[in-house]
Amino acid sequence: MQTEPRWRLMLRRYAPAATLFVLALIVWETAVIIFRIENFLLPRPSEIAVTFWAELSGIWGASLFTMRAAVFGFLLGSALGIVIALATARWTVISEGMLPLAIAINSTPIVALAPIMNQWFGITNPFSKMSIVAVMVFFPVMINMVRGLTQVDAGALELMRSYAVSEVKILWEVRLPNALPFLFSAFKVSSTLSVIGAIVSEYFGGLGPQDALGAYISQQAALFHFSEAWAAIIVACLLGIGFYGVILLVERWVMPWHVSVRSDE
Amino acid sequence: MASLALEAPLSVTPPWWPPLRRVLAFFIVVLVLCAVWEGYKVVGQAFGDKFPGTTLSFPVRSDDKSMPHIWTIIGVLFQPARRGGEDILLVLLAKAALFTWREAAAGFVLGSVVGFALGALLGRFVLLERSLMPYIVASQTVPLLAIAPMIVIWGGRLNWPAWWSVALISTYLTFFPVTINTLRGLRSPNPTAIELMRSYAASDLQVLWKLRLPAALPYIFTALKISATTSVIGAIVGELPSGIADGLGRVLLTFSYYYISGPEKLYASVIGAAALGIMFAALVILVERLVLPESRRLEN
Amino acid sequence: MDDTDFKQSVSSVVKVFWSITLTSVISIQNISKVYSQGNVTALSDINLEIASGEFVSLLGPSGCGKSTLLRLIGDLIAPSAGMVLVNGRSAPEARQSRDYGMVFQQATLYDWRTVSKNVQLPLEIMNYPAAQRETRTREMLRLVQLEDFGQHYPWQLSGGMQQRVAIARALAFAPKILLMDEPFGALDEMTRERMQLELLRIWGQTQTTVVFVTHSIPEAVFLSTRVVVMSPRPGRITDIVDTSSLPTPRDFETREAPLFFQKITEVRECLRRDEVRGASS
Repeated sequence: MQTEPRWRLMLRRYAPAATLFVLALIVWETAVIIFRIENFLLPRPSEIAVTFWAELSGIWGASLFTMRAAVFGFLLGSALGIVIALATARWTVISEGMLPLAIAINSTPIVALAPIMNQWFGITNPFSKMSIVAVMVFFPVMINMVRGLTQVDAGALELMRSYAVSEVKILWEVRLPNALPFLFSAFKVSSTLSVIGAIVSEYFGGLGPQDALGAYISQQAALFHFSEAWAAIIVACLLGIGFYGVILLVERWVMPWHVSVRSDE
Repeated sequence: MASLALEAPLSVTPPWWPPLRRVLAFFIVVLVLCAVWEGYKVVGQAFGDKFPGTTLSFPVRSDDKSMPHIWTIIGVLFQPARRGGEDILLVLLAKAALFTWREAAAGFVLGSVVGFALGALLGRFVLLERSLMPYIVASQTVPLLAIAPMIVIWGGRLNWPAWWSVALISTYLTFFPVTINTLRGLRSPNPTAIELMRSYAASDLQVLWKLRLPAALPYIFTALKISATTSVIGAIVGELPSGIADGLGRVLLTFSYYYISGPEKLYASVIGAAALGIMFAALVILVERLVLPESRRLEN
Repeated sequence: MDDTDFKQSVSSVVKVFWSITLTSVISIQNISKVYSQGNVTALSDINLEIASGEFVSLLGPSGCGKSTLLRLIGDLIAPSAGMVLVNGRSAPEARQSRDYGMVFQQATLYDWRTVSKNVQLPLEIMNYPAAQRETRTREMLRLVQLEDFGQHYPWQLSGGMQQRVAIARALAFAPKILLMDEPFGALDEMTRERMQLELLRIWGQTQTTVVFVTHSIPEAVFLSTRVVVMSPRPGRITDIVDTSSLPTPRDFETREAPLFFQKITEVRECLRRDEVRGASS
């Protein structure tokens, strides 16, 4: 039973983080000034902010390109992951064999595949970057989907069987809704991974600094323009957080009943 | 909690069968995938990489440059890595992997300690959790490759060896899952268990040591398994801007530049990198098996 | 009804008498507990004296505050008004000096500890030397008749056995008071009846004062020397039924004695009266 006003509650929840943010900025700014840290080591937040506004249009264009690779790669990887999960969950033998393989492949630095993808699809083809993201997203999604489809409450399954219902109906009515939380858990992880993956895959070349965020950042860093690099990094973070936020919204819309979506922490 | 009186198991499968079955299933899947790979090449070569009767081309070219034969990839492991060089590729990869593993292990240990300490502090002080948590989560959205050069430069300024910077990058990737899971684990005991401790007038330290820590152990191990592989990834990616010549990062980069002259070497190196990640994870799993009895292990 | 006024004056006389003679181990005085800024009154003006060695049951429908009262005695929550005295000390002081052991409905044994280690837990926390811990644990396990299960793990034991371990653990440091919150609620009827006999035997041997929360009328009557009947909205004590006249030692024959059924009916009538009164108010 709540009688505390809503604004008070929100304040108590978010104030510490916000205060820390402001404090950190102040400390950062003064420390750079006092200790006379060179710009190429650590630029001042004020400089970064200035550079941010100055370079915004350029960074924005590059970000769009990167986000396109991230989003499409995410969609492709998720779709494949879900389809393969549906196909293999039915036959436990396959999923038992695939699961360790999936975990094994997930242990590889996916970026090592970047040059291979470049060779396959051509270095300027955006698909080569999307495929890296797709591979990064595929495995968590597939693993979690398989778990979600198979780790069903035995009681629910027994109930359905007592209604003499077909396996397809069980899939639709029981397994899929059960899998949704697992799926969204994977989506949340994959959303930030896909932004990072898109940026990192661009490191392996093929695009000018105007075309992609990753190339921009490494270019600026190589030129010791760290204000620009930081500005672009901040944009990259915001994109990642934004993508994550979109997933949260979709989750709330798709699964309003689920515990993880309810407002009490 | 289920109550199991001590009974003999009803089924008669020997205890070594399930893990053996898993290993066999793994190898069968690998073999199937190899067969698919070679099969794709055969079909592609037969149809000139186009779907019959259309101008639609196969997504990936099937020639030997794009998709080397499996046996070529395996074979190249036993050939000299560089023209005129002494070591075969396998040895080169092993040395590079060992080098990278040192950095990854250092990052793993540091990341686990930091992650654990952070998780414990956040669990104890709600104010800390409220203020720090958003930034801890946000830290994971920063693309690693972007901050890697900066960490390397800072390291150079402070005159420490290059591999420390790489270990630090590895730490950065490792600490997050450990923090989250430590927090979750420390909070996992049910309220009744806490009440019981209160009825003993136990000090906070006693509650931490006797209840929360043991309860958190399964969760922490889950995070450590993930961190084992991410620490390897962090080390490899971290080596790229740091100019380190002896690690897997440089090996991968070199072979990607010289892809045209020997694509099999790149594939072999990628498999080598994967193997390193898997072996490290397997090590952690082994430790888990020693520390936690089966009843306490969490789902993978 | 003047009945309540009469009862109140009698209880104040008794209270004075008992505080003079100091046999009252637990003294609950004007306890109230209010939640959420006055919206929920869990307990309202509770007064109760419990003498040393008694077995007192708190009985009532859900929401009557019996578990809350138990936790107030144990200083697991603080009262909104009033005072709890345990052996003349305040409840927090009593908790700090480890005057009571608690047993909950869930055994809450630690699955990473063996049965022995679980029983030793409070002894470790209270810094008993190792040798003493060992002896005490063996004694306790013998008391609950689980001496052969010291090296087993909780998941290997049945529900009833786990509760016995929980009781052994609660008694390990020889508290003067045992607070039990529906400890047999999760067990099946047969096991419950067996556990009740066990508990009485242990109570007889250790002479601990027991405060026992339950919602089962037969259980309360069978186990207790007094049954405190409570009613909700607001949580309060409505009746106290004296069951000490039931012959001891109590066993399965007691369950078939006419006096037993009489007492059960008496308690049931109290509850029904409360229900009717509650419905009409």
